[in-house]
Amino acid sequence: MEILTFEYPVSQPVEHRAHVGVVGSGDLEVLLEPSSDQKAHVRVSTSVDGFGNIWKLVLDRFFSRYQGAASIEIHDFGATPGIVTLRLEQAVERSQS
Amino acid sequence: MSRATLLDSRQFLARKSFIELNARERAQALMDQGTFRELLGPFDRLESPWLPMQGVVPQADDGLIVARGRIGGKDSVILAIEGRFQGGSAGEVSGAKMTAALDLAHEDGEKGRPIQVVLLLETGGVRLQEANLGLEAIAEINSSLVALRQHVPVIGVIAGMVGCFGGMSITASLCSYLIMTREARLGLNGPEVIEEIAGIEEFDARDRQFIWGVTGGEQRHATGFADDLVEDDVEAVKKCIIEAFGLGIPSKHRSEQVDDYLKRLAAIDVSDQLECSAVRKLEWKKESL
Repeated sequence: MEILTFEYPVSQPVEHRAHVGVVGSGDLEVLLEPSSDQKAHVRVSTSVDGFGNIWKLVLDRFFSRYQGAASIEIHDFGATPGIVTLRLEQAVERSQS
Repeated sequence: MSRATLLDSRQFLARKSFIELNARERAQALMDQGTFRELLGPFDRLESPWLPMQGVVPQADDGLIVARGRIGGKDSVILAIEGRFQGGSAGEVSGAKMTAALDLAHEDGEKGRPIQVVLLLETGGVRLQEANLGLEAIAEINSSLVALRQHVPVIGVIAGMVGCFGGMSITASLCSYLIMTREARLGLNGPEVIEEIAGIEEFDARDRQFIWGVTGGEQRHATGFADDLVEDDVEAVKKCIIEAFGLGIPSKHRSEQVDDYLKRLAAIDVSDQLECSAVRKLEWKKESL
């Protein structure tokens, strides 16, 4: 297991928290909450070691479009980058509804 | 009772699969619309402290959803195990959540506020990484369940695809009523374990038809270990649960018929291996409740 943390400057407040996904094979769990500052904080616990650069690329891309000041916790159980992006977008959608 | 009849193509397309839902969605789907409320949800972050120490990623609710709400208009609690997280295994935290919920329902029952209890069992049993704590958790769940079922019927549902094995199969068998789908399985040991111990000639864990023939929902229902067989459909499962609650507390729980079961076991001729179909012909059914 590896724990990775990331931080992004963002501009939009987040209103609601949202939870999606399951820590099951090839899937992940995302907990998204409003953060207390003008930054997005991401903490990833992943079962697959050594993919920090891929996580950074996926999250850089996600935060090039998403501007929410969210505190995001990810429990990953071997999800592909595509699944990670879909779950993040699903969490954002839930937090806006 | 058995609601599991073959569906025509239109019925098949119109149904909403229960098995395909995750544990939280299952609890939401069973509660009356707008009444679902989760206790100790993922944002309470009651995770297993033991998994990360062993390099295993935890889940924020430890794979156990505690939901309050109403089923058929009546106060209910659903304890739903997430089978996709660590095989639905019982750990210290998920077990404690389950026991605490059963105990609270028991207290309410004693105070004359009966709460319907539903267990959605999707589990391989004890979480091996938590060893004795998992074993103890199951002992506590079972003891709380036995105390609770004197006040309210406790309904167990095994939908699949994980099934219900290990110590949790004892939990399933302690329920007042047990509902299964054809896809579900119930057994004390999983097929691989039996194969390992008994040998592949006795028990081939790769043979799905055989495995379901022994432990599958249809067989368990036909041999009296499950009370109802239900189609994989949200509304059908819910209807079945409501009807089971309507039956009230059984006059004699299955687990109170130990002597009868022992008598029946003793009467089986073990010189030949029994075929699955022959097991159904044994005088093996639960006494009428």
